[in-house]
Amino acid sequence: MNAKTIKVDVLARVEGEGGLFVRVRDQRVTEVKLNIFEPPRFFEAFLRGRKFNEAPDITARICGICPVAYQMSSCHAAEEAFGVHIEGPIRELRRLLYCGEWIESHALHIYMLHAPDFLGYEDVIRMAKDHPDAVQRGLRLKKIGNQIMTVVGGREIHPINVRVGGFYKAPSKPQLKGLTEDLKWARDAAVETCHWVSTFTFPDFQRDYEFVALRHPDEYPLNEGRLVSSKGLDIPIQEYEQHFAEEHHKHSNALHSALLERGSYFVGPLARYNLNFDKLTPLAQKAARTAGLAATCRNPFQGILVRAVETVYACEEALRIIGHYEVPDKPFVDVTPRVAIGHGCTEAPRGILYHRYRYDDRGLILNAKIVPPTSQNLKAMEEDLSEFVSARLHLPNDRLQWQCEQAIRNYDPCISCATHFLKLRVERE
Amino acid sequence: MAAVRKPKIAVWKFASCDGCQLSLLDCEDELLSVVGAVEIANFPEATRAVVKGPYDISLVEGSITTPHDEERIHTIRRSSKLLITIGACATSGGIQALRNFKNVADFIPMVYAKPEYIETLSKSTPINDHVFVDFQLRGCPINKLQLVEVLNAFLNRRKPVTPAHGVCMECKRRGTVCVMVANGTPCLGPVTLAGCGALCPAYDRGCYGCFGPKETPNTTSMSAGWTALGVTEPELVRAFRSFNAYAEAFRKESEAHER
Repeated sequence: MNAKTIKVDVLARVEGEGGLFVRVRDQRVTEVKLNIFEPPRFFEAFLRGRKFNEAPDITARICGICPVAYQMSSCHAAEEAFGVHIEGPIRELRRLLYCGEWIESHALHIYMLHAPDFLGYEDVIRMAKDHPDAVQRGLRLKKIGNQIMTVVGGREIHPINVRVGGFYKAPSKPQLKGLTEDLKWARDAAVETCHWVSTFTFPDFQRDYEFVALRHPDEYPLNEGRLVSSKGLDIPIQEYEQHFAEEHHKHSNALHSALLERGSYFVGPLARYNLNFDKLTPLAQKAARTAGLAATCRNPFQGILVRAVETVYACEEALRIIGHYEVPDKPFVDVTPRVAIGHGCTEAPRGILYHRYRYDDRGLILNAKIVPPTSQNLKAMEEDLSEFVSARLHLPNDRLQWQCEQAIRNYDPCISCATHFLKLRVERE
Repeated sequence: MAAVRKPKIAVWKFASCDGCQLSLLDCEDELLSVVGAVEIANFPEATRAVVKGPYDISLVEGSITTPHDEERIHTIRRSSKLLITIGACATSGGIQALRNFKNVADFIPMVYAKPEYIETLSKSTPINDHVFVDFQLRGCPINKLQLVEVLNAFLNRRKPVTPAHGVCMECKRRGTVCVMVANGTPCLGPVTLAGCGALCPAYDRGCYGCFGPKETPNTTSMSAGWTALGVTEPELVRAFRSFNAYAEAFRKESEAHER
């Protein structure tokens, strides 16, 4: 008796299609499921037999929201396999391109996907009527991120300028300098975003997460680093598969990635922030502190605030790169394929994206493994829901449902990415 | 004319990467005026509000790959006055149509630990294999300016102005030196539909065909040109088998080099 279910058939304001199913019986949550009904697309399968230099463009199509992340992880994998390390201006250009994707994706999530939850609107369009200045600021911020992607990558969705070893063509100095004024505005707008978001009311919620992110000795992580966690993990990315595994549970609707030793973990802005606060610029740190964040934040609902802080960082990092940019003599480093295995792990806007490829002597891919950030967060998302709902059973159903949706959107889930995981089974009562 | 109700627009997703519908949100400058002119009736990526059909315009992203989606597209067609497909997945089956050249049963265990959970069709097919489509906007991804043009045209009951010619024409207009003639770089521009602005050649690389075949493409002649540049048969097969692999002209040409 006293049973109720919360069912969201189509989860809105996330990338891709998924649903949510929570069953409550006698004031106890008995079942939580994230239904992922994105159809499978079999990327790892049809990558077999394709050449190493096709992987960046092919894997970009896994996700229209974070194509740069896929291009970067696949390039780094091939470069590691073929013994090439990218330094100097090409490396800087990659960081710049990635900053563009972070700014675009974070602005999209903060303003268009998540803020409406905090302010009580169905969407940004309705929110724009009452908060026109904020929405205009968000749109311009997003546009500036897209401009970086267009100048460096050729276009904002599925950039065409990325290749293994670097770029097809390096932008000129005036092209990059042309972004400066907009980026200065964006940096200030990002600081303002931190203030704005800090005025939201955040549900009081936290769990003892294991945060996992890259960490690099000299910089806030984007392309490179060791994999570290808040519970002592510290490994080179090559050992990823010795510590993390994908589980295909019988009663689960999606394949979950888990830490072999400890189970669920948490990737994305919150994890990066907690593990790399010291690498943020002074302005980003100040914006965080002014917004009321400590150096560690365990409330996933404040992820939106951490995204704003990271946007400050990304704008400043882009300005730094543009400020000292010199056009490389050649926009790419030549690579010679050989029989090898290569790994790539980079920080997509929503967390680490792992690629591993085995190549033959001609550089053809023999097999591939891709673990997107959303699949790594699925387990934490379900656990969050279970605990979150248990403490809020007194709420009316529609209110509770909306808050559950909001709790999922904390992770900015990209279900299109996570679709090599599908299990289509919609439970109906 | 008296004030009329705003046209209802719905956005639907099938197997895809979300990039084409993101193009709508990427119209940062136009977004608020576009949504001022229409009623967004169904667009899960942007809103949790849902308005019931019928819809004046349905934008459909993605390809048909599951039995469930095969049914769903008919429901959408029935509730839509105009149905416009956006992007390579919806117009040609997309990158996931690479399964069409293989046995999909072999694919599943390469990705999934429990193949019995996976429900999928043997082929990934474009929307117009299943229902009547009023207009197809091509590209992987689509060009957002073309999307605004198409919406504008249909809302004003005129024909959209989108080119049927190839990428070569766009290079000439842009003043880009031919990468194939000048640098010997293999380029799919001669057989690929214009619309992207001839991006790749402007970045010193050959076109890779993300807008699919142009009107009356001479793929045989282009392949001969590539062969003269030293491109091998397997490389030709792969070149035609990417984001529009199952578009007829590209499919036939790739099969011609597989024999």
